[in-house]
Amino acid sequence: MTPAMAPSPFRFWTRLTLTRLTGRRAADLAEFVEHLRTVPASVIFHHTHHFLVQHQHLSPEPPNDLAFWVTNVLQEDRLGERLAAIDTVQFPSLEDLRDRVVGVIDEYLETRQELRTAPPGEEFHFMDAISFTLPTGHQARTLAEFARELRQVTYGAIAYHLFESRLRVGSDDNDFSRWLERDLSEPELAAGVRKLDPYTYTMEGLRQRLLGLIELRLGTTAPRA
Amino acid sequence: MTAGLDAYAPFVGRATIEELRLLGERLRGRRVQHINSTAVGGGVAEILNRLVPLLLELGINTRWDVIRGGDEFYAVTKAIHNALHGQPVTLSEHDVAVYRETTEQNLRTLALSDDIVFIHDPQPAGLIAGRAPGSHWIWRCHIDLSAPVPSVWEFLRPTVERYDAAVFSAPQFSRTLPIDQVLIAPSIDPLADKNRELDARTIESIVTSLGLDPGRPLVTQVSRFDRLKDPLGVIEAYRLAKKYNDCQLLLVGGSATDDPEGQAVLTECRDRAADDRDIHVVELPPTANIEINAVQRASTVLVQKSLREGFGLTVAEALWKAKPVIAGAVGGIPLQITHKYSGVLTHTIEGTAYWIKQLLNAPDFARHLGENGREHVRHNFLLTRHLRDYMLLFLYLGHLGQSVITLD
Repeated sequence: MTPAMAPSPFRFWTRLTLTRLTGRRAADLAEFVEHLRTVPASVIFHHTHHFLVQHQHLSPEPPNDLAFWVTNVLQEDRLGERLAAIDTVQFPSLEDLRDRVVGVIDEYLETRQELRTAPPGEEFHFMDAISFTLPTGHQARTLAEFARELRQVTYGAIAYHLFESRLRVGSDDNDFSRWLERDLSEPELAAGVRKLDPYTYTMEGLRQRLLGLIELRLGTTAPRA
Repeated sequence: MTAGLDAYAPFVGRATIEELRLLGERLRGRRVQHINSTAVGGGVAEILNRLVPLLLELGINTRWDVIRGGDEFYAVTKAIHNALHGQPVTLSEHDVAVYRETTEQNLRTLALSDDIVFIHDPQPAGLIAGRAPGSHWIWRCHIDLSAPVPSVWEFLRPTVERYDAAVFSAPQFSRTLPIDQVLIAPSIDPLADKNRELDARTIESIVTSLGLDPGRPLVTQVSRFDRLKDPLGVIEAYRLAKKYNDCQLLLVGGSATDDPEGQAVLTECRDRAADDRDIHVVELPPTANIEINAVQRASTVLVQKSLREGFGLTVAEALWKAKPVIAGAVGGIPLQITHKYSGVLTHTIEGTAYWIKQLLNAPDFARHLGENGREHVRHNFLLTRHLRDYMLLFLYLGHLGQSVITLD
């Protein structure tokens, strides 16, 4: 039976980012992959995640900055498609994700004789995400409270608990699933959240999907905020 | 009386305002001094006029000072500005002496004791010489530094390198520097006359008073009469589209009376438009914000066919009105428009004409672009995001070089 009250509340944190310019730029795939090999991992995080909050209305396309530039500027459609299809959610760390991105480009470069060059002004600029994480005033002890607070928090908070904590802070699970399973004894709901591919939703779509799962569990459709 | 932070909640949501307050709590009492070169006119003064009261509301002890300089100093800083933009200008020894002398005079009169000193653009950059121990200094560059005149940049660079951080509006505007560089785009104020909601009667009355027919499609470019905005190219694109689509063209911009080049461009536009009663070339005073707002809202398609651009905030203003925008892929415009998602980026007159026709003939797609564009502006180019980024930068100064910062 679901406990009415978790022993420790779920405290919603939020993640805000400031974009740091690295001064690195690439005009073709050779330069692009060389930088990808050597940039700090936070740069990989920025270019595979910032669009989720920044371009949320554009989802499911473009999937990430890397694929977007390769497809739309270099017009290397096949490679762009492969970069877009990289299953970000599968990678336990940013280094693993970097290896996969670089591997896909290297493999493609072996088949290419000539490289296309970006038109002047459309080079790829590598940027870094400086992440600030801070607690919000939102917290929940029950599933109903969790749903209520989830409706109110910003996209930055949802992104923090689903993406940031796992890839950048090094947790092995997303924060929502961990709390639902450990503190609310909701293993099925936790598994349902874990099973979502958050990279294929807009942030609002993701919020609604999470709420849908919770409401289903609660057996009621709570009033929307 | 300016609107407080809560007035922005209807646009960005209450949770976003809460986040701003959380950041403000962590900066409460911190003393921040903004310094620029003018209290009125220009984009920097416009944005500081809005941001400073909001920073104060958040508990950050913010003040704003303006440097003083004579005509000769401003002639030199104008030359520096143009050279940094890539125009072939050089500085004489006398110019350098004038710049240094005015900097010295300001160092004697300005109190520079705040925790954070935020210097805007090259004019006051030399004030870093008066840096107090323990303070942090930020240089905010609103200029495109991608291709500066080397000698002028070499004059300024050692000064910039003494700062803790530099802020640029677009990644391609930055230089390789040994200090931290961050990207903070400018913003628009949804409550300003230029952007606020207008009722249908006001819009129609303004459009009619300008001689436009509110019942027919309208293609508009709002910009100064400047060759870099390519108004003649817009007329050509309109003519190509007009062969297949009934529409009117409006070129509207600020008065060009004190700018001989602008006056010449305006005259050429009028000459080129003389044989077509559907082309309207309109000069408005710089205070005509509601009129600009109204014509943007009345337009079917908005064009910003710039050949070179700074950030190009008129694009964000147009997108905020949920209009389909066709714009040149230059300067900061690609940050505002993702091609075929939140607008259209073009490189040629023919491409612009092609997309005018497409958007006039596909109103559902045009509406979709406009709606995406408005959402993109809501999340990335409103004043509240600008305020957030400035506060994050202030906080970052205590954590230079770090990538994950926890603010318990």
